Formats: sequence, structure tokens, C-alpha cells
Amino acid sequence: MELILSLGIGVLAGSGVWLLLRPRTFQVIIGLTLLSYAVNLFIVAMGRLRIGMPPILAASQAGDPAHYADPLPQALVLTAIVISFATTALFLVVLLASRGFTGTDHVDGKERER
Amino acid sequence: MTSAIQHLLIVPILLPLAAGAVLLFIDERGRGLKAAINVGSTVALVVVAFALLTLAGNRTGVYRLGGWPAPFGIVLVVDRLAAVMLVLTSLLALASVVFSLARWHRAGRHFHSMFLFLLMGLNGAFLTGDLFNLFVFFEVLLAASYGLALHGSGVTRVKAGLHYIAVNLAGSLLFLIGVSLIYGVTGTLNMADLATRIPQLSTDNRMLLETGTAILGIALLLKAGIWPLSFWLPTTYSAAASPVAALFSIMTKVGIYLVLRLWLLLFGAGSGASAHFGGNWLLLGGMATIAFGVIGVLSSRRLGWLAAYCVLVSTGTVLAAIAIGGIGVTGSALFYLVSSTLALGAFFMLIELVERGRTRQVDAIAVARETIDGAEEHDMSEPEEIGITIPATMAVLGMAFLGCALLLAGLPPLSGFIAKFSLLAALLDLGAPGGAGPVATSSWAFLALVIVSGLATLIAMTRAGIRVFWRSSGRVVPRVRVIEMAPVAALLCACVVLTIEAGPVMSYMRAASRSVYQPQNYVRSVLAAPAEHEPANGSGS
Repeated sequence: MELILSLGIGVLAGSGVWLLLRPRTFQVIIGLTLLSYAVNLFIVAMGRLRIGMPPILAASQAGDPAHYADPLPQALVLTAIVISFATTALFLVVLLASRGFTGTDHVDGKERER
Repeated sequence: MTSAIQHLLIVPILLPLAAGAVLLFIDERGRGLKAAINVGSTVALVVVAFALLTLAGNRTGVYRLGGWPAPFGIVLVVDRLAAVMLVLTSLLALASVVFSLARWHRAGRHFHSMFLFLLMGLNGAFLTGDLFNLFVFFEVLLAASYGLALHGSGVTRVKAGLHYIAVNLAGSLLFLIGVSLIYGVTGTLNMADLATRIPQLSTDNRMLLETGTAILGIALLLKAGIWPLSFWLPTTYSAAASPVAALFSIMTKVGIYLVLRLWLLLFGAGSGASAHFGGNWLLLGGMATIAFGVIGVLSSRRLGWLAAYCVLVSTGTVLAAIAIGGIGVTGSALFYLVSSTLALGAFFMLIELVERGRTRQVDAIAVARETIDGAEEHDMSEPEEIGITIPATMAVLGMAFLGCALLLAGLPPLSGFIAKFSLLAALLDLGAPGGAGPVATSSWAFLALVIVSGLATLIAMTRAGIRVFWRSSGRVVPRVRVIEMAPVAALLCACVVLTIEAGPVMSYMRAASRSVYQPQNYVRSVLAAPAEHEPANGSGS
């Protein structure tokens, strides 16, 4: 479980960073998206990994934290997902505007001279 | 303490949120109404900010949302430092919104809403006492700033905006990693609660915590524009519309404010083994930022770039001063921060007025820019020229330019000089009476850099001034309206007031700095259990 999760975060973050450093705007936006997946998984992991545990107290067995997952990171992830979704959409618009203005999808708005 | 005053604390967040949301429903043709609502709420924000300034002078105000006690619920905290930043933000916002009424608010859609949302984000970031809430307000202010940076459109802005957004999205992800690491180690996100838990951490966890805060610090310093992370800043700031750039000059200060607050709260003297964690890096980064800013200032050929590099010099100076530390140095750095932010705001707005007079032959870069921006500039000047144009325009502009130059270079008689002088005096006093031995080498290096940066700014401003004002051929006198000149004059007047009232202002800054250095009071106020019917008493200091 831990291994799979950490490998997943590592692969997502690694590919995200690599794509972020590429010169095409589409690669940048995919890179940012992958990075935000990695970060979201990381936040969940920071609440400790628990399998099959609810984050909400049940009426019958309240009082023992060992039976519950930490609800706070889950709330944080939810917020982070919403925010990164919105900013990605906004970035997409700017990306299209830039493509329209400059006629190229290079991040600097012009192709590098060869 | 009545409950009405208690609720004053949340007004700087709720008011712009509500006003901005209402403005979304008004059609763009109702610009007059939109402008009136925006100006009205900004004026109200100035009043509230000053009220909070006096309130915070007496005690640390704590607002518990939903009445939940501190480590569980979210809190807003206003102490002297936060109040000073609120006042600074609202003053700058007022000047910038009045300036935009002349023409910029017509350059695109939803200017006023985004402006108010930016204010909400700024105020929220200054007031919040909770790390994740801070992230949310950070995103609010960033999202609004993306829109504002692109306001007016044009190829330069879109290209600069693309870089700005990409850099800041990556920064936000780092912010999240930092915050979640801190939560994973300490189990809390409340800043005051963090301060109490950090001294008790075990060694293993301490390393994780330091990693987390370092990552968080990178995200904050990216916003502040520390040297290796600042290459996006001049491009964005010089490309932004001038009222937007003026407001952006407070945005770098958000990063600085948070570094000051979190660093001293989490890694202050009482934090055990990790006290002053990362201080040397902050000092080196700050000094490198000054050096980079100085080189940029000297090499700028356009006024917009000059102003953007002046932002870097100001950032670097404050960051290095914070890293050197001490109540006196930090107090002076706060004074410098206020004075330089007001001056930069005025300067960004002045630049547009001055450059309006330059004709196309003046320099080649301007030609490219004007042809690109030409279409929309033409659009904007088409509506009837409301307001009065000022006689003796060049003389007025020249005086304002001189004022900005004096403030930014730190020459007498204006507040820039007082700020730098007290900063240098505080630096030298550190070693003298307390028996701590001679002044440290790093302080000498910082002192030299501050003086050199003043000299460089003076040289660059003089050169720019000569080029703009004394060149007789090939220029037309710009048409400047009172409504555009008044905010610039008002910001400069604020600096004059700062000069005249330097005594009380400086002692307030010292008190602010002292309370940041002794966070026990802050922690106690936040974590104190609220009393049954009057929460205000429980949170008193």
C-alpha cells in the first residue's frame, strides 16, 4: 500500500515536473495537472494511510480515534482539487489567448531560432 | 467592547467579497454604478482598516468563525503588524481604483470585481491565523491577480501573464506540499497552535517539519520575489496596466509579511532546536535580491522596468533586514516597507502619465509596443474626455517624479530617507550597547548594499528623469486629468505625512515588531478559551 502510493506520487510528480519544463504550452498544462494529482495524493498520505476507515464519527462507537481516518486532509484535498481545477481552466484560456496572439504554442510566444 | 466592534474584524474580507459578487450582476454598460460601488467599498475598507489599527494598538483582536475555539475552528487575528498591512493595502487600493476611473476600467470586463476579489484575498492573507485558510486566500488573490494582470489584453500582457500564471501555479503546489507536511508532522494547521507544538517535536519529526516549512517558504518567497525566483516579476509588473501594477506592489509584500509572521512564530527564540531555521538563507537571498535589483535598475531603459526592479530592491532590503533580526531593525524595515510600497504605487501610476507624452520616435521598443497596443488605446480614448486636464502638466509630473525618486533612493527630506536612516542606525546599534561585540560582517555587507542600492536608484532615476523631462525635441505634452494626478499626489502626500508623523508611526512599527518577536501574547490570545457571552474578554491581552 505505502509502496504503491509513494511510487504513484513519485511517478506523477516526476512526469509533471518534466512536462512543466517543456517548451509547449500544452505540455506545461498537462505537467501542472499531473503535479496537482501528485500533491493531492500526498496530502491524503499526510493524514496517514488507513484502509476501510470512515472519516465521520458513527453514533455507536464514538470516542476511539483508532477507528477513524483523519478527516482534515480529506477536506483539504477537496479544497485543493476545486482550486486547482479552477486555476487550470483559467490557465487554459490564457494559453489559447496566447496561441491566438502569437500564432505559436511556444511558452515564450516565439519559436527558438535554429 | 461591544459585539459590533468585534465583528469589524471580518469586514475587510466580507465587504469586498460581497461588493465584488454584486458587481458581477451589473452589466458592463453600468460602469458608473460599478465604479461607485467599488470606490465606496474601498473607502469603507480604508475606514475599517484605520479602526482596526487603533484597535490592534490596544490588544490583539481574535475573531473565531462560528464561535469554535481556536485549534478546531478557523480564526482571524489582527495584531499591529496585520493592521499596518491592512491600512497600507486599503490606501493603495483607493489610489489605484480612483486612477483607473480615468480610462483603465474601460479596458476590459469585470475590472472592478477582480479588483475587489484581489482586495479580499490580500486582506484575508493578512488576517488569517490558519495555514490552510491562508492557502485559500492566497489562491483567491492569485486568481484575481491573473485576471488583473491580463486586464487590457494585448500580446505583451498575455505573454507575461502566461509565465506569471505558470510560475504561480507551480508555487501554489509547493505551498500545498509544505502545508500538508507541516500538518502531517504536527497535526495542526493553526499558526498559534503550531508555535506551541514545535518545541516539543522529536528529532525525526523536526527534520520533516523543517523540510515542510522550507518548501512553504519557497512558495512564499516566490511571491515576494526573492532573487533566483524573481525573474517573472519585472516582466509581469512592467506589462500590467498601471493601476494594476500599483496594486501589485503590495502583492510582493504579502510574501514578506507571511515570512516575517511565520518565521518568528514558528522558529522564534522559544522554538527549541530549530530556532532561527533558515535565517542565513533568507539573509543571503535578500542581499542577492538587492544586488540583482540594483543591476536591473541600472540597466533598465524603460520606466516600467525601472519601477519593477525597484520593487525587487525594496523586497530584498526588507527580507535581509528581517533575516538580520532584532526589534529595532525589523521595526525600521516595516517603516521602510510602508514608505517604499506607497512610493512604488505612485511611481507605477506616474509612469503611465509620463510615457503618454513620448512620441513614437523616442525609442524603438516603444514603437513596437504602441503598434500592438494601438488598437485598444484608440478604443479607449474615443469616449468623451471627461474631467479637467491640468495646466503646467510637465511641471506637476516633474515634481511628482522628483518625489518618487527621493522616496525610492532614500534621500532627505522624505520618508524614504527616514526609513533607511533608522534602518542603518538600528543595524549599527545592535552591536554597540548590549555587549554583543562589534557589528557582524553580514550587517556591514547589508549596510553597504543598502547604500549602494540607494545610489544606483538615484542614478537610474536621474537618468530617466533627464531623458523624459529635459529632452526638448519630439515630444508632446501629455493630456493628464485631475482624476489621474490626484491619486499619485495623494500617495506622495501620504509619504509626506509619514515623514512629518515619523515619531508616532515609528513607535507603532517598533511595537508591532516587538509583538511579533514575543509571540506568546499572540498565541495566548488565539488559544484562550472564549468566555461564555462576551468572546471579546477572553481574547484580550
